[in-house]
Amino acid sequence: MSRNLKWKFLLILVATAAAFYYLTPSVVGEMSGFLGKILPQDKIHLGLDLQGGMHLILEVEGQKAVESYVERIKGDLKEDLKRKRIYAPRIERINGDQIHLEILGEKEKFDDYITSDYPILKEISAESQGKYQRIILGVVQKQADYLKRYAVDQALETIRNRVDQFGVAEPDISPQGSDRILIQLPGIKDPQRALRLIGRTALLEFKLVDDEHSLQEALKGNVPEGDIILYQKQEEPGSGRTTKIPFLLKKKTLMTGEVLKNAQVRFDNFNQPYVGLEFDPRGAKLFDRITAKNVKKRLAIILDNNVYSAPVIQERISGGSAQITGRFTENDARDLAIVLRAGALPAPVKILENRSVGPSLGKDLIDKGLKSIIIGGILVVLFMVTYYKISGAIADLALMLNLIFIMGALAGLRATLTLPGIAGIILTIGMAVDANVLIFERIREELRLGKTPRAAIDGGYSKALLTIIDANVTTLIAAVVLFQFGTGPVKGFAVTLSIGIVASLFTALFVSRAIFEVLIVKGMLRRVSI
Amino acid sequence: MEFVKPGTKINFLGIRRSTFILSGLVIGMSIISIILHGGLNYGIDFAGGTLVQVKFSEPIRVETIKNQLASIGLDRSLVQRFGEKRENEYLIRVEKSVSDLGTLSLEIQETLQRAYGKGGVEIRRTEMVGAKVGKDLRNKGIWAIVYALVGILIYITWRFEFIFAVGAITALAHDVMITVGAFSIANKEFTLPIVAAILTIIGYSLNDTIVVYDRIRENRRKMRREPLGRVINSSINETLGRTLLTSLTTLIVVVILFIFGGGVIHDFAFALMVGVLVGTYSSIFVASPIILTWQERK
Repeated sequence: MSRNLKWKFLLILVATAAAFYYLTPSVVGEMSGFLGKILPQDKIHLGLDLQGGMHLILEVEGQKAVESYVERIKGDLKEDLKRKRIYAPRIERINGDQIHLEILGEKEKFDDYITSDYPILKEISAESQGKYQRIILGVVQKQADYLKRYAVDQALETIRNRVDQFGVAEPDISPQGSDRILIQLPGIKDPQRALRLIGRTALLEFKLVDDEHSLQEALKGNVPEGDIILYQKQEEPGSGRTTKIPFLLKKKTLMTGEVLKNAQVRFDNFNQPYVGLEFDPRGAKLFDRITAKNVKKRLAIILDNNVYSAPVIQERISGGSAQITGRFTENDARDLAIVLRAGALPAPVKILENRSVGPSLGKDLIDKGLKSIIIGGILVVLFMVTYYKISGAIADLALMLNLIFIMGALAGLRATLTLPGIAGIILTIGMAVDANVLIFERIREELRLGKTPRAAIDGGYSKALLTIIDANVTTLIAAVVLFQFGTGPVKGFAVTLSIGIVASLFTALFVSRAIFEVLIVKGMLRRVSI
Repeated sequence: MEFVKPGTKINFLGIRRSTFILSGLVIGMSIISIILHGGLNYGIDFAGGTLVQVKFSEPIRVETIKNQLASIGLDRSLVQRFGEKRENEYLIRVEKSVSDLGTLSLEIQETLQRAYGKGGVEIRRTEMVGAKVGKDLRNKGIWAIVYALVGILIYITWRFEFIFAVGAITALAHDVMITVGAFSIANKEFTLPIVAAILTIIGYSLNDTIVVYDRIRENRRKMRREPLGRVINSSINETLGRTLLTSLTTLIVVVILFIFGGGVIHDFAFALMVGVLVGTYSSIFVASPIILTWQERK
C-alpha cells in the first residue's frame, strides 16, 4: 500500500471509530464500571415530537406590569399630595398607564414637587379649567422599558422555580426576543396540568369583605365607592358544573403573597387537602395588625381575582400563618402550593403557541421512521448493486458508513433528532448515492474512451469532483437557511440534512475511492465491474 | 445495466417551445387553483388555531365526533381521519386559538372522555398556535425561501455566469410554484414542514441543474466551434443517465416515506414526491433551454 493510501485508511478508521464511540450509549444503553467511565453518556437526543412532551411559547404582557406600577404610584401620589397640602379632588388612572389629576391652585408648586419626588413621571398634557388644572402624567419611557424587561426576567425566574418544583427532567426555559419565553418540557405526562401551573399569574391578595353595604344593591350596579365585586368560582367534582358566588369586597389590598415564606399541602380532620401558608416576619407582623384591627370582620383570600374563602376573623392571629381551603383534589392543592411558593408572575402571560405530544405517538413515529429507513435503504442498496454491480456494492458500503457517520455526529454534536430529521436522513440515503452515481457515470465514460481501469477511475473522480462540490454547496445553502429560520422540528431537519451532505461528500470522495484504490493495488481489479 | 445508451441524442431543445408552453399551462393551473381556493389552505402553523389528534380504541364515525364537539359549542370544527383506517385516529381542527391556558383542548378531551370513557379515547397530540405567531411564522417562511434563492443566485453567478443563475432561479421558481399548486389542487394543508420540504426541493432541483450546467461549461471549452444550442443539447444528453438515476433512487426513498412514514410525514413526502419529479423535469426542460432562448434574443 502506498503511504497516501495508508493515511486515507487511517482517517476512515478514526472517523468510523469516533462514530461508534459516540453511538454506543444510544445502542447499548448506559454502561457501568470501566466502560461507563470512558464512553460518553449522551444518547442521541430526541426532539419533543419523538419522545413526547410540551413546547410552549408565552408572551409576558409587560404593559400590564407597567399598568399595575402606575396604579401603585397613583396611590402613593394621592397620599403625598394630601401631605403636601396640594388639593387634588380627582386623581385616577386612565388609558392603562396614565394618571389623570385635577389640582387646585398653582401649577408651579405641583410641577416642582413632581420633578423632585417623582422623576419617573412626565407630563403629557396640561390645561387650566377655571380654578382647576387638568394634568395628565405618564411614565418616562426608560422606566416603562425597564419595567417590561424586569417583568420578563422575573417571569422567567418564577416559571423556572415552578417547573423545578413540579419535577420535570431536563426542562428548557429560555427568553425569546424581547417579551417571549420558550418552554420545553420533555416527557411530561399531563400537559394540561403543567400548563395551568406555568400560566397562572398566582397573585395572592387579602381583602376585607364589605358587610356594611348591601351585596344585592351592588349586584344591581350600585357598587359603593372603593368596593369591588369578585366571585368564588367552584367546580363540582364529578359533574363539572361550576358555581359562582359573589362577594362585595373593599378594593384596597391589605396584603399580598409577597410576604409568604412557605406554602404546603396539609390535610384536615376529614382528610380534605388544604394549603397552609406561613408568612415571613414582615408578613406575620402585618397579618397580626390586620387581624387585630378587624376582629369579627371577614377576610377574603383571593388568588388571581378568584375568591377562595372568606373566613370571619375570630381573634387576633399573631403566629404568622393562615390557610387556603376549598374543594381541592390533592393535585390541585399541591400545584397551588407550588405556585405560591414560587411567587406570583409580575405580569400575566399569554400562551402564543402550545404543542404537546403524548409519549405513545412519539414511539409510533420512531417505529415508522425506522421502518422507512430500513425499507428505503434496502431498496436503494439492491438497486445500486443491480445497476453498477461490484462498484454498486462499494457505493453501498459507503452508504452504510454514511448512515453510521450521521448517527454518530448527531450523538457527538448533541444535536436533536426530530421527525423531519428522520425524513432528512432518509432523503440523504437517496441523495448520498448521487455523488457515487456522478462518479460512476464519469468512469463509464472514461472506460468507453478506452482507458485502463486505473486511469478511468482517476479520471472519473477528478472530473466529477467539481460537479459534486458545486451541487452539494447549493444544497448546503438551503439547509443553512433552513436552520436559521426553523423552529424545533424544522431545525432538526436542517441539522440532519447538513450532516448528511457533509458525510456523503466524505464517503463518496474518500471512502469509496480508497476501496477502489486498494482493489487496484492488490491487482484484483483488471476489469472495472461498473 | 444502462438506462440511457451512450451516444443518445434526443433533441430536447428542439421541443422547447412545447415544453415551455406545458410548464406555463401547469403553473397557470396552479395559480388558478390557488385563486379558486381563495389563497393557500394554511395549516394552524400559519393561520393560527387549535389541532387535536385523538385515537379511539374502537371504530367511530366522523359525524359522531362532530356531534360531540357541537355539544360544547365547537360546531365549526373540522374532523378528519388521520393515517390508516384501522388505526382509528382523527384530527380535530378548530379555528379558535383560545389563549387563556389553552383550555380548549382540555374541553375537547373531557367531552370525548365523558362520552367514550377514559380508556376509549387517547389524546395523542395537541397543538395551539396564536394568530400572531402564525403570521410571524408565515413571514419567516417566505423570507427563508427568498434568502435561500438569493444565496444560490450569488453562488452560481460566482461559479458560472449570471445568465446561468437566472436559468437556475427560473427553474426553481417553476418547481416551487408547481409544488405549491399541487398542494392547492389536492387541497392539502400548508404547514411548517411543507416549507422545509420546499427548501429541500430547491436544494435538490438545483443539484440536478448544476450537474447539467457543469457539463455545459466543460463542453463549451471542448466544442468551441459548435453553436451553443448543440453544446447544451449534448450536455443534457450526456448527463441524462445520471439525472434519471439519481431521481429514481431519491424517488424510491420518498415513496417509501409516503407509504410507511405515517400521518404526520405523509404530506411532507407528498411535497417531496412532486418536487423530485418536477425538479428533474425542470433541470432538463427549463433551466438550460432558457439560457439558449436568452442568448438568441440578444
